[in-house]
Amino acid sequence: MTLELSGRNLKKGFNRRVIFERISFSLKPRQTLLITGPNGSGKSTLIKIISGVLTPTDGQVVAQRSESTAVPQMHSIIGLVSPYLQMYDEFSPRENLQFALSVRNMKSSFHSVSPLLEKLQLKGRLDDPVKTFSSGMKQRVKYAFALIHQPPILILDEPMANLDADGIELVKELMHEQLHEGLLVVATNDITDVDRHDQQVTLGI
Amino acid sequence: MSWKILLGVWMTVVIILSLSLPMSTHPQYWYELPTIPGLEEKARIMFFHVPTAWLAAVAFVLSMAYGIRYLRKKNASDDVKSASAAGLGLLFCILATVTGAIWARFSWGTFWNWDPRQTSIFVLLLIYGAYFALRSAVEIEEKRAALSAVYSIIAAVTMPFFMFIMPRILASLHPDPILNVQGKVHMNSTMLVLFLASLAGFTGLFFWMWNLHVRTTNIETQQPQ
Amino acid sequence: MGYDRNIAKASLWQASVAIFLKDWKSELRTRYAISALVMFVVTTISIILFALGSEGASVSALSGMLWVAVFFAAMSGLSRTFVAEEERGTSMTLQLVASPTAVLFGKLMFNLVLVVCLNAFVVLLYSAFISEFVIRTYSIFVVTVLLGSIGFAAAATIIAAIIARANTKGTLYPVLAFPILLPLLLTVINGTRLATEGAFFEEALGEFNILVSYIVAVVAVSYILFDYIWKD
Repeated sequence: MTLELSGRNLKKGFNRRVIFERISFSLKPRQTLLITGPNGSGKSTLIKIISGVLTPTDGQVVAQRSESTAVPQMHSIIGLVSPYLQMYDEFSPRENLQFALSVRNMKSSFHSVSPLLEKLQLKGRLDDPVKTFSSGMKQRVKYAFALIHQPPILILDEPMANLDADGIELVKELMHEQLHEGLLVVATNDITDVDRHDQQVTLGI
Repeated sequence: MSWKILLGVWMTVVIILSLSLPMSTHPQYWYELPTIPGLEEKARIMFFHVPTAWLAAVAFVLSMAYGIRYLRKKNASDDVKSASAAGLGLLFCILATVTGAIWARFSWGTFWNWDPRQTSIFVLLLIYGAYFALRSAVEIEEKRAALSAVYSIIAAVTMPFFMFIMPRILASLHPDPILNVQGKVHMNSTMLVLFLASLAGFTGLFFWMWNLHVRTTNIETQQPQ
Repeated sequence: MGYDRNIAKASLWQASVAIFLKDWKSELRTRYAISALVMFVVTTISIILFALGSEGASVSALSGMLWVAVFFAAMSGLSRTFVAEEERGTSMTLQLVASPTAVLFGKLMFNLVLVVCLNAFVVLLYSAFISEFVIRTYSIFVVTVLLGSIGFAAAATIIAAIIARANTKGTLYPVLAFPILLPLLLTVINGTRLATEGAFFEEALGEFNILVSYIVAVVAVSYILFDYIWKD
């Protein structure tokens, strides 16, 4: 089963000011979409629209299995990492992740994500409240939160934010793994964040 | 252009007639209004009070209708119409509440009695007030439009409950002999004609003001119409 | 990896319960809301007691004041569930992991439990410290408080969702909630009055009908309109 993601003629405006329009893309499995543009060009807005969190003024985002017309619910197939996505501070990573699973009816899978947590070096602090973490650690928790339900679509906004050299290596590894079977969407100012991309959307021109 | 003049003339005639036509206990001539026992001259306020209350309610329905339209089509001009109607509704509601209180003072001795109709118009006033408090607290236009529309729908859903609750709680002091819920009217034909003329005039006034306000708002914010 | 197995068909109920449990866990951990609410109720009832002075008030007036205390307690506590998400910036997190309807039902459940606990506490204090407030028909009182609580939770939750997206959240909440809650308030006050007068259970059926219809109407309209509030 394969999942395809496409954006058709997307437009977004606030208070009658148009941020972008006529944005389209079409992604097949194992492909990467790169979104670039200067600060304030609407990269994060476009990311939010693709994630299903923001409604476009015009156009639509469609996630579809190629063999059927069934459209799965966005929240079960998407993982998002971004600077403005907050974890529940008063909870530990374990509690945050358990919530991410139970809200998707996947409670039993927690023990099976142990390798992921180890890779992200979270095992030592799995039960401390997230508010005590450094920004680098918080970023790792966000990656765990985004990947724990093995989403077909991984969306990253500023993927290397707050990470040291080891962290950057790790994220590149995660991106490669995602591309084994799924899709990747990356919004960034630094195009060296991705090794290659199949489609590109440039905003702010 | 000409219908505005017609409206102006119409309202002037209505106002003059409602204040000057003589009242008598047994109207003989066509221009005489019947005297309502207990109210006499003060009954004249009916020509002004009832239309404003009526329009306060109509405005709410219009505001909600355009709010629903906004939710379905996300067309900013629908929100402009909705908010304008609500603004006028608030104005007419204040007028209705004040004229009602004046009437209450002269008829029953106190300005406020908490009878069903006074309470209803007061609740409508609270809803309008809440609506504008909400609007002033949201900066993003699209969100403001959506939230106001949703609130007016919720308010409209809970309002009918008053109709069932009120009779159970308070005895009514409201003058019923003239207009009751079955629509049977005890006015004589002159009074009826004058009353309906006033109603029509006020309604015309409302729609004219609404149209004007929508158009000026659109110019201010440079909306396509 | 098998994405198909993991494209989880989270049932609505399961997701709602998960959100409800998360909210409760969060409340129990911070405990700010619960202790503040308890103190608020104690303060409100004390004020009523002092205001009545040695003269007391008619039982009918006391019935009304009970629900005044409940109203203000509700206004200070029931908006937390949505406002806290906005303040901590986790609204988007919730939008990402659950459907709007699951969020609504989860938070509705949370507020329901909160308001039942709150009302039980108010009623307890009220009955204990205001000796003139005597219930004669317990069945009417219990059903009134129960249905009234559900109605409060329903209306308070949807209004909380609205004001969470606005700026002046605190003062806006009672302003928006009062006209919506008024039919409910009038009915439960009437029911409470009947309970203090020793009326037969059947006499209060009219009130119960209104309460149930109110609950159904508010929940239905919340369900239909929540998307427009929650989704940007």
